[in-house]
Amino acid sequence: MTWSLLTKAQNPRASGNLQKERTDLGIKHSGIKSNYSPMSITRLRQQLRSGETTPAAILHQLEGEIAARDPLTGAYLSRDLKVALAEAESIDLTLPLGGIPVAIKDNINVRGQACTCGSRFLVENYQSPYDATVVGKLRAAGAIPFGRMNLDEFAMGSSTENSALQITRNPHDSARIPGGSSGGSAAAVADLTAIAALGSDTGGSIRQPASHCGVVGLKPTYGRVSRYGLVAFASSLDQIGPITRTVEDAALILQAIAGFDLADSTSLDVPVPDYLATLNEGVRGLRLGVPKEYFGDGIDTGVRKNVEAAIQKLADQGAEIVAITLPHTEHAVATYYVIAPAEASSNLSRFDGIRYGHRAANPADIPDLYKKSREQGFGPEVKRRIILGTYVLSSGYYDAYYGRAQKVRTLIRQDFEEAFKKVDAIVSPVAPTPARRIGTFANDPLHEYLSDIFTLSANLAGIPGISVPCGLTDYDGGINLPVGLQILGPHLGEALLLRIAQTATISR
Amino acid sequence: MSHRLIDVRHIANLARLELSDEEVDLFQPQLEGILLHVEALAKLDITSIEPTAHPAQMFGRMRPDVPQESLPPAIVLHNAPDQGQGQIRVPKVVQA
Repeated sequence: MTWSLLTKAQNPRASGNLQKERTDLGIKHSGIKSNYSPMSITRLRQQLRSGETTPAAILHQLEGEIAARDPLTGAYLSRDLKVALAEAESIDLTLPLGGIPVAIKDNINVRGQACTCGSRFLVENYQSPYDATVVGKLRAAGAIPFGRMNLDEFAMGSSTENSALQITRNPHDSARIPGGSSGGSAAAVADLTAIAALGSDTGGSIRQPASHCGVVGLKPTYGRVSRYGLVAFASSLDQIGPITRTVEDAALILQAIAGFDLADSTSLDVPVPDYLATLNEGVRGLRLGVPKEYFGDGIDTGVRKNVEAAIQKLADQGAEIVAITLPHTEHAVATYYVIAPAEASSNLSRFDGIRYGHRAANPADIPDLYKKSREQGFGPEVKRRIILGTYVLSSGYYDAYYGRAQKVRTLIRQDFEEAFKKVDAIVSPVAPTPARRIGTFANDPLHEYLSDIFTLSANLAGIPGISVPCGLTDYDGGINLPVGLQILGPHLGEALLLRIAQTATISR
Repeated sequence: MSHRLIDVRHIANLARLELSDEEVDLFQPQLEGILLHVEALAKLDITSIEPTAHPAQMFGRMRPDVPQESLPPAIVLHNAPDQGQGQIRVPKVVQA
């Protein structure tokens, strides 16, 4: 189809075609013959500059798409069309993202808006006093923040089932999870109710939902993008990144949000390259590593088949495929689920019922106020992680758990350092299976954690990773479910990842 | 290892988190299962390995010590559950 979502008047999506279009999305949006996409930022920017459409028309059109489909998908927690339209009036269309609405995960502060983090703790009375640095940078690039996207509570989870506020369904199969924790962001981009979105990735929370929803998701190098204004989950792992329908769009968003920020002491003071300049340089001569630990018995055959086919396509385009080993992979889940909860338990101590968010009624004293407010405000997964994190940091257990995990983290980081002496990038599945059914791992957190195995290590090592759609497969009664190819690169290797991802999508 | 790896209620109390009996019963086996998985890390030889607390090579850098505008008190107090006279109201802390 060549319909354009966002011309002034037409609404091309007759409801009868929805399922077919959704199924097509995983295959067609990046195109077999070209990278043309009717709803890409690039295409919309052309239409905006030529006067075929306006920012207001785009917003009205999106509002219609949301009203039509989001009641089922449940990706949006809130949106304010009036505010967005007011902002659209003064947009400079010559800016790189001039007039493009971008949906924001609901753990990133946008001045004057709610920021619930998918939690009852913040749903009652919290209004962001300031813009996160990424939001300010998007505005400076001409983008319009529009819509707040559902997530696992405080980004803890990989299914969006842990949101205390609503269920988000996978647009490809409404009985299934969209992945998570940036499930709302990925589902909306796949559902054509958002053009692009920001997510955050602490252990795979951008890449895995992108994979499950058949869209592109990029986790930048730790420090490439400022975390100022992102509600902290695990400060040494969190990173904000784009979720888009094309690789080029991911490059455009990253270009806008990357860069040094005095307000984030961990942001890298390193110049931001031109990500578009090298996008179409292909993969000829690049060495791509295939880690044997990422292709073991636990991986679904349909996932394996599609990922192997995608790697073969990259080989056909001139890449050299090299078998490598990341020997400490089997310890990544254990390491992560010590470090991430430890940092979370510390970060979430700020939710005490005093300065913002929920406060329990009629507390006996101050400790009672803390305990009851937190008991009432947090959901089960957040409580589990606070308890786990407090335990591994507690006197007598610190060395055995947290201290040891920090050292294993070094081993995992060194695995990648060794690998990148031999190869330019690493290719693998994003997740062991396509999207599972909603409720599969209810009350079985360890099994949910184990499914994060292919994405966590990048966060532990601080390296960038991207997920791009590489095909569709049937799984557990579901048909045509998207599969993602993960590409991991060395520190600050985003331009290289985008280039490989671009080749992987246009050569399909 | 003892038969019970973690005293969930005690740890929750350290974290200033009240739990119902049902939650304790739910979390106890779940957290023990996770901790049993984590114990596999004990197999690894880490004697000469430096810890990684942070993936960024430069950490803890300070910004220039230049005064900047702060958020106005009204904006900051706006989110407080209970406030008045330019302050956040809390239960009595010091007993008379």
